[in-house]
Amino acid sequence: MKYIFELHKTMLARNLILVYEGEFTQEITKSVLSMAERNMDSIGEESNIKRKVFNVMVECLQNIVKHNEENDSKAAIFMIGKQNDEYIITSGNAVKNDIVEILQTKLDRINSLDKDGLKSLYKEIIKSTGISEKGGAGLGFVDMARKSGNKLEYDFQALDDELSFFALKTTIPRF
Amino acid sequence: MEIINLEGTEDTPKIILDKGNGIFEISGRSLPEDSAEFYNPIIEWIENYKSDPNPSTSWIFKLEYFNTASSKLILDVLSKLEEVPNSTVLWYFHEDDEDMEEAGEEFSELVEIPFEFKTY
Repeated sequence: MKYIFELHKTMLARNLILVYEGEFTQEITKSVLSMAERNMDSIGEESNIKRKVFNVMVECLQNIVKHNEENDSKAAIFMIGKQNDEYIITSGNAVKNDIVEILQTKLDRINSLDKDGLKSLYKEIIKSTGISEKGGAGLGFVDMARKSGNKLEYDFQALDDELSFFALKTTIPRF
Repeated sequence: MEIINLEGTEDTPKIILDKGNGIFEISGRSLPEDSAEFYNPIIEWIENYKSDPNPSTSWIFKLEYFNTASSKLILDVLSKLEEVPNSTVLWYFHEDDEDMEEAGEEFSELVEIPFEFKTY
């Protein structure tokens, strides 16, 4: 039973206000969003911060719904951390090894751009790209970078010959 | 002409398209699971409307939030509105919502329709 206390301590130490591990669907997305919104409402969070956090959460959650690769459990993880000066939205899910480099290139390009560069990239993609088979617009990461005003931190860990674990972290300042 | 009247939900916007009463409005939140499936009937409705439109049409956009997949479809809707003569977009944003104001400005730069910006 000790793991319960350990997990509890980890959550407190990392200031995690919400952790969800499991299958991701649109229904789960809506539930997670509504829990996070209630949490921010209860502490009287400012509406413009709430909107930005909501925005980043939606893109992050819907990325997982659309792109999580079936691994043994089909599971992925989503977490929200709250510090005095920032919210930290993190996610982890399985991706095919052959798209790791594509994701890296995309994220590095986004991270190399300033506010105006991101705005141009957003407009370029929205004008030229259609909705993918999976229903995405190819704009999620760009939007997360724009709304947070911060770089997107990421990491890949090989799971096996086919899959890697893709961890993504977005930080939203509370001011 | 058929009236579209969709109640808003936690992930789809409220939409009224009513030629007879001159009400053309989309409001609320837009983060549907399948944005193309949700917006295609709207685009089709505008396609039909443009052949026999009212003398002028004010399209009200009063969105509280939309995800990126919706933003692509909203651009498709706006591009369709370009084909309707004497169209104006009334873009509403909450007075402290700079992101929604900026989103409207960006859309206005991508399509050839007059935009009026209003706060609520």
